[in-house]
Amino acid sequence: MNRENSGYTIIYASVMVIVVALGLAFTHQVLSGRQVANENTDKMQQILRSLNLDVSVAEAPAKYAGLIKNAYLINDEGVKVEGSEGITPDDPAFSTELGDEQAKGLPVYEADVDGSAKYIIPMSGAGLWGPIWGYLAIEADGSVVYGAEFGHAGETPGLGAEIVTASFSNRFRGKNLFKENEFTSVAVVKPGQTNSRRDYVDGISGGTITSKGVDNMLLNSVGRYKNFLMNLHASAQ
Amino acid sequence: MALSSKTKAVLWGPLNKNNPVIVQVLGICSALAVTSKLEPAIVMAIAVALVTAFANVIISLLRKSIPNRIRIIVQLVVVAALVTIVSEVLKAFAYDVNKQLSVFVGLIVTNCILMGRLEAFALGNGPWPSFLDGIGNGLGYGWVLVVVGFFRELLGSGTLLGYKVVPQALYDAGYENNGLMMLAPMAILLVACIIWVHRANNKELQEETN
Repeated sequence: MNRENSGYTIIYASVMVIVVALGLAFTHQVLSGRQVANENTDKMQQILRSLNLDVSVAEAPAKYAGLIKNAYLINDEGVKVEGSEGITPDDPAFSTELGDEQAKGLPVYEADVDGSAKYIIPMSGAGLWGPIWGYLAIEADGSVVYGAEFGHAGETPGLGAEIVTASFSNRFRGKNLFKENEFTSVAVVKPGQTNSRRDYVDGISGGTITSKGVDNMLLNSVGRYKNFLMNLHASAQ
Repeated sequence: MALSSKTKAVLWGPLNKNNPVIVQVLGICSALAVTSKLEPAIVMAIAVALVTAFANVIISLLRKSIPNRIRIIVQLVVVAALVTIVSEVLKAFAYDVNKQLSVFVGLIVTNCILMGRLEAFALGNGPWPSFLDGIGNGLGYGWVLVVVGFFRELLGSGTLLGYKVVPQALYDAGYENNGLMMLAPMAILLVACIIWVHRANNKELQEETN
């Protein structure tokens, strides 16, 4: 058989590609169940970390189911979308990604920590090298931050990547998203600087652009929940 | 199974005198990127060893049938398929490590060591020596990664595999983690130090100085 023949080359390439495609499709099919489960558990861990709870992979699903009492989508007016309730990974609140144009609303999780309600909202934004995201847990009054959790795809280790550490996210505890009944969110400032118009936390030294990204995310991503938070804020007063 | 001296050379050469990273200086990119912690370095080493070994075997088995004109494409498809499988398996069974390695698992495809071994060895040798050659080169790459990862994590974070090893008393006495260790430039300095020690112990690798 002549190996340099064009017909042979084309057939060889086609057969090879089909075999490889079948093999990969099979692998994906077999493993996708576990992969989705891993992603869901990871998301649950992040949500729990925003409640200042660092739980292991094994405990996360049970802890999540125990603490999160309700989850739903809200529309731009901050009103619950009918029929969107449910906390399991298949329900709309959990499966809706922020920034999805097709989404019917913005996800909100309601947690019950020692008898007091907390509202958890997801955030997404841009860091220096790629996307950053996070979860913000807010007290029942819709204004005081109970806890925060941040994640990133590829920020600089030791600098921007420090936003995932507890020492950074703990700085947000107790900060107020409202100032004189205006939604101002929480600012991230250069360490040592202050901001008189908004509550603020220190950013990461050497991670200026990532810190700025977190600042923008807190303003824009949380800002989309402004009406929802206003409603909570108004009813609490 | 007793190995002949030739197969032994195939397996052990890349670990020492013919090391892909410190002698041939291949695969440096990922060696810098995934070594800020020990665990991803180990996983990366295993992943690359598996991919080189099996890509070598597959190409070696196919070597008599591959049309010469598209042999690079065939090699790339085989490597890409294996890397995709490794990445899928990591996502299913080691999700956290996969997050840390992020794009670098996918980038194994572009690791020069792989294509180099396929072209230089697997196309001209049988499956068994090719397998050993792949394992040898993978481990030769891997041990450098692990050594670099060990020092970067120890000096940069004071931990090993996530466990604290630098005692608190030392921090109280004023010791601080070296943040520079977490950045890529320190990795290349560490690789350079390994090359230095290695050359010092292997006279035949030293270049003539006039």
